[in-house]
Amino acid sequence: MTGVAPHPALIEVASVTKTYGQGQAAFQALSGIDFVIEEGEFVAVMGPSGSGKSTVMNILGCLDTPSSGAYLFRGVRVEQLSRNQRALLRRHYLGFVFQGFNLLARTSALENVELPLLYRGEPAAARHAAARAMLEAVGLKGWETHTPAELSGGQQQRVAIARAIVTRPSVLLADEPTGNLDSQTSREIMELISTLNRERGITVLMVTHEADMARYAKRIIHFVDGRVDTDSRNEAA
Amino acid sequence: MLWNTLLLALRAIRRNLLRSFLTILGIVIGVSAVITMVTIGNGATRVVQDQIASMGSNLLIVRPGQRLGPTSVGAQSFKLSDAAAVEAQMSGLEAVAPTATKSANVVHMAENWSTTVTGSTTAYFRAGNWRLAAGRVFNDAEERAGKSVCVIGETVRRELFGSRNPVGDAIRIKQFACEVIGLLASKGQSAMGRDQDDTIIMPLRTVQRRLTGTQDVNTLMISVQDGVSTEKAKNQITLLMRERRKIAANEDDNFNVMDTKQIAETLTGTTRVMTTLLGAVAAVSLLVGGIGIMNIMLVSVTERTREIGIRLAIGALEREVLLQFLIEAVVLAALGGLLGIILATAASIGLAQVMQVPYLFNPGINALSFLFSAVIGVIFGYVPAHRAARLDPIDALRHE
Repeated sequence: MTGVAPHPALIEVASVTKTYGQGQAAFQALSGIDFVIEEGEFVAVMGPSGSGKSTVMNILGCLDTPSSGAYLFRGVRVEQLSRNQRALLRRHYLGFVFQGFNLLARTSALENVELPLLYRGEPAAARHAAARAMLEAVGLKGWETHTPAELSGGQQQRVAIARAIVTRPSVLLADEPTGNLDSQTSREIMELISTLNRERGITVLMVTHEADMARYAKRIIHFVDGRVDTDSRNEAA
Repeated sequence: MLWNTLLLALRAIRRNLLRSFLTILGIVIGVSAVITMVTIGNGATRVVQDQIASMGSNLLIVRPGQRLGPTSVGAQSFKLSDAAAVEAQMSGLEAVAPTATKSANVVHMAENWSTTVTGSTTAYFRAGNWRLAAGRVFNDAEERAGKSVCVIGETVRRELFGSRNPVGDAIRIKQFACEVIGLLASKGQSAMGRDQDDTIIMPLRTVQRRLTGTQDVNTLMISVQDGVSTEKAKNQITLLMRERRKIAANEDDNFNVMDTKQIAETLTGTTRVMTTLLGAVAAVSLLVGGIGIMNIMLVSVTERTREIGIRLAIGALEREVLLQFLIEAVVLAALGGLLGIILATAASIGLAQVMQVPYLFNPGINALSFLFSAVIGVIFGYVPAHRAARLDPIDALRHE
């Protein structure tokens, strides 16, 4: 364990397993994962369906809990935190982007982006300003009042990205962010994520099964059957 | 946190206008149906009670003939002496009024009106619980002398005099003129639906001499003193009358005694049954409204579970999500309850006017139905949310 190290890594997972179901029907999605992610990295997690890449993402994002092993976020044992503490960790350090966008329906882009700030208790004026600025940053100036139903898939994902980073999180977790988008839009979204990583220093952790998307990352971790298969620098990025 | 959560709850209500509207509608219909039906039922009960009170609640009405109701043809009438005998031989009586009635056409100037003329003694006004709106009733001297004076009811006044004061004027009944000395205070409809104000009251002897032409007395109206059993008085009168009418022990009565207290009890009982029935129907509609709320809440639970997942994922605490849903449910239920009460008040006042029953505000039923709907709304709004918020965020997000 390196939990007492003077400068703990941003994310460190050690021997993390995840088992779904019980007894005969038990399915081991993760069978002992170890890796370390430092601040400012852009990591793509790749692998075929059922290799456990989404599971590890959900555990890192505190949306799910590991069955065993240790998950340290800046040296803090996350798996030992209470539900509320994990919610606060999500609130202050994590931003999510999902394959299905997961915006609130019938809610304007601006209100969707404001939502995390509202939970952080920011005053209304600061909320509006930050949300507007963030929508502009993702290229959606002028679309503030549109609801998800009035936006294209790419635009919805931009709103989701704006919502994820409006709180200036340490880590942006993206689960197949381009899975529902066409290739042109996918490239635009990846460019946006790369820029955020490069210019704002946001650590990005992205799950994808498309090599085209993974090549934007600086590091690629390959999952096979719930294990880390390869973990390599991406020289092309 | 409370302010922000309130904001979130109000946003959610505004965002899902259709769902909010349907939820509120269920509550509004349930609440207003219950309140309206019970209020109208109470009004109807009050009308019946008033009518009973106007009739005199401990009145015995003795008529010739075996069956209840109007005098049977051919039955032996009473005489004035029967009334005297009742008065002389029975105790605990307030008033004994022998009456003779006859339909007649009455005329004043160019107006004419067909009504019932009742001849009786001064005791009639006490027995029938009559009040005067103007003038006076006839006195014993006028009664004994068979003076041509009359006291008219409100309907007769309206038909013959319009809104003018009739006291002092003369009306013509058949061939004789009659001075109006008094105007009765309006009683409205009787419990049987008869217009009690469509009447003219004159001294008994005047009616006997000038209208019926006989010494017969159609009806004995006997009012019993407060606290005296009408049942006992009824039995005494029956015995007395059987004796006076020389009815053998094995023969049936050839007269009947109607006890208004008995009628009152029957009518009150009937109205109470009606109110209970209306209340039951209304309770069913409240229940249906409640089920409507439940359905809408449960149908939207999938969408809302995902919403809860999203909120948890972006950093909402479980208690913040729960508080938001609780506020939403409370706001919707309270809004629906209030609208229901407003609608019920409007409907009750309108219906009360149409049905000619008084509007009686019943705080109990208002509070009860409001609370019921609020509880339903809160339970079905909150419980599914409570379940969803306890899930791991990823399970809530994946909820299908």
